Amino acid sequence: MNRLETRLETLREAGRKALVTFITAGDPGPATTVPALHALVEGGADVLEVGIPFSDPEAEGPVIQAAAERGLASGTTLRKVLDLVADFRRTDDLTPVVLMGYLNSILAMGSEAFAQRAQHAGVDGLIMVNLPPEEAEELRFFLDKASISLILLVAPTTTEDRARYITSQAAGFVYYVSLKGTTGSASLDPVAAGARLRWLRELTPLPVMCGFGIRDAASARAMAAHADGVVVGSALVATIAALGTQPENIPEALRSQVAAIRSGLDRAPEQS
Amino acid sequence: MTPETNSARGANHYAQPIDGHFGQHGGRFVAETLMQALEELTELYQSAWVDPAFQAEFRRDLELFVGRPSPLYPAERLTRHLGGARIWLKREDLNHTGAHKVNNTVGQALLARRMGKPRIIAETGAGQHGVATATIAARLGLECCVYMGAEDVKRQSLNVYRMKLLGAEVIPVTSGSKTLKDALNEAMRDWVANVDTTHYIIGTVAGPHPYPVMVRDFQSVIGHEARAQSLTQIGRLPDVLVACVGGGSNAIGLFHPFIDDHDVRLVGVEAAGEGLATGRHAAPLNAGRVGVLHGNRTYLMADDDGQIMETHSISAGLDYPGVGPEHSYLKDIGRAEYAAATDDEAMAAFRLLNRVEGILPALESSHALAWVAREARALGSDAEVIVNLSGRGDKDILTVAALDGITT
Repeated sequence: MNRLETRLETLREAGRKALVTFITAGDPGPATTVPALHALVEGGADVLEVGIPFSDPEAEGPVIQAAAERGLASGTTLRKVLDLVADFRRTDDLTPVVLMGYLNSILAMGSEAFAQRAQHAGVDGLIMVNLPPEEAEELRFFLDKASISLILLVAPTTTEDRARYITSQAAGFVYYVSLKGTTGSASLDPVAAGARLRWLRELTPLPVMCGFGIRDAASARAMAAHADGVVVGSALVATIAALGTQPENIPEALRSQVAAIRSGLDRAPEQS
Repeated sequence: MTPETNSARGANHYAQPIDGHFGQHGGRFVAETLMQALEELTELYQSAWVDPAFQAEFRRDLELFVGRPSPLYPAERLTRHLGGARIWLKREDLNHTGAHKVNNTVGQALLARRMGKPRIIAETGAGQHGVATATIAARLGLECCVYMGAEDVKRQSLNVYRMKLLGAEVIPVTSGSKTLKDALNEAMRDWVANVDTTHYIIGTVAGPHPYPVMVRDFQSVIGHEARAQSLTQIGRLPDVLVACVGGGSNAIGLFHPFIDDHDVRLVGVEAAGEGLATGRHAAPLNAGRVGVLHGNRTYLMADDDGQIMETHSISAGLDYPGVGPEHSYLKDIGRAEYAAATDDEAMAAFRLLNRVEGILPALESSHALAWVAREARALGSDAEVIVNLSGRGDKDILTVAALDGITT
């Protein structure tokens, strides 16, 4: 078991919901990223999702697009992202790190080289937004050898047959995209998403995390009632964007924001 | 161009590729939210394409609305001027809306209506695909929204106004490099959010499956006509077909019906911009690497970190960092060859065609003409060459006038 599987197993046994937090590497500069990751953990994050800056982030809303542009402007290549993870690992060898990005970043490095370097840096999982499982055979082969979980997504439009196929191919957890739209959209319908989450959890023994449109303690609590955990991204990235001129204040701002979401989650009622 | 002849020609081992793969290229690399919509579109498209009622509707629109067939014109003065191969122009510039783009929008809009989707979206660079989409949306009474890079909105103000006259909403895209690739990203984001009501009309033979196959089939009317016209007007098949390649839809449309005619040489011409050696170009087949962008695996202009590079061409319609996956495959197997022409060469060909034939070509098509101008003598006077004149150049007048120092 890698750190991700161990952590999610521990949370499940304890009956706790997982809090997955997302920030983009190198936003606003590489010096901020490692302190920010530690602050997220201090605030109560269970899993760290770290964005790989990419020039053409097709599925992101404006907030995360802008973060990718800031990451690129600060020179944060995939190699640097892996260096930042390795740096974080020097003082935290327990918290799982999941990279999120677009396939061309991995292809440019090479699937095998990426898997080896990512394992060495201390990466536990990978989310590739534009890589459906049908196209993932080669990358999955090398990730498996490196004990890195390829996390797959299920959307509101995914049919039942397809969801069965996706969950049969997934590792770590299944990421449920809670709405039709890009990251950070405001159109989350908690009732519809809740019903889909209950359906999805019947289909798979893997933990199911719910993301897109979760921005605070209330929405985190509402969605976590139907899932094993939630992903919060755009709300945290917006905090980073607002503090762009005073990056020294970013870690503390993230810590207190995540602590508030954590306390909301911990008050979550047990799901039916 | 009937379904029967098309399926007979489907003996090509990649004519209807499995899951949209052309060798290592193509495929379907999109966010999960779009997978079901692409599957439904694939099924609907495949059944429509072999449905005689759909074919009749499509062909009727091409004849009565677009004005097909387009002539195969013998460019006699150009031939004499260049002193070599006999040159024929496939006159896609004479289509309604002034370019080959409309062949595809007519077909896809009919599909949108079959799917009962009341809204269509499109991306556009120079504005030709946007105009062709807005045109067919107006005709069928569909809501239309066109994404266009903010830089291109500034450069192509006439086409922006034209789309608005046609009732379309034009949305300037301010993310990334503010050009065609960013317009495509934004259209994808719209589609993810509105997939239940909206059909996305991609303008070229790129994107996730089924777009490269579907757009190719709609554009293949160019090559089917050219093949029949060659047999009648030349008395045999041509020796060389030449077309410019940005995404590559006019080139695939011309090439595809000739794929099995192995004696016919297929030449695509990319935009070399300020020169391949300068890095300021839009020639992924000449100087790119294989990667994944906009839903398909293909040759791309990308750096060592996989970031998509900004491209340059005098022609906005060729100013794109990727290329249709079938072209990447034709390059890999050696069935087609891909050359490049610089901004200066294209401009010279643009001026030449104006003067010796009285035809104003699009700057995109001028790249294909530039290759012919370079090679005509070497090909020899026995060679019969068809150049796809993919669009007319009215839209480029202001660009060219500015280069000549004429302010408007």
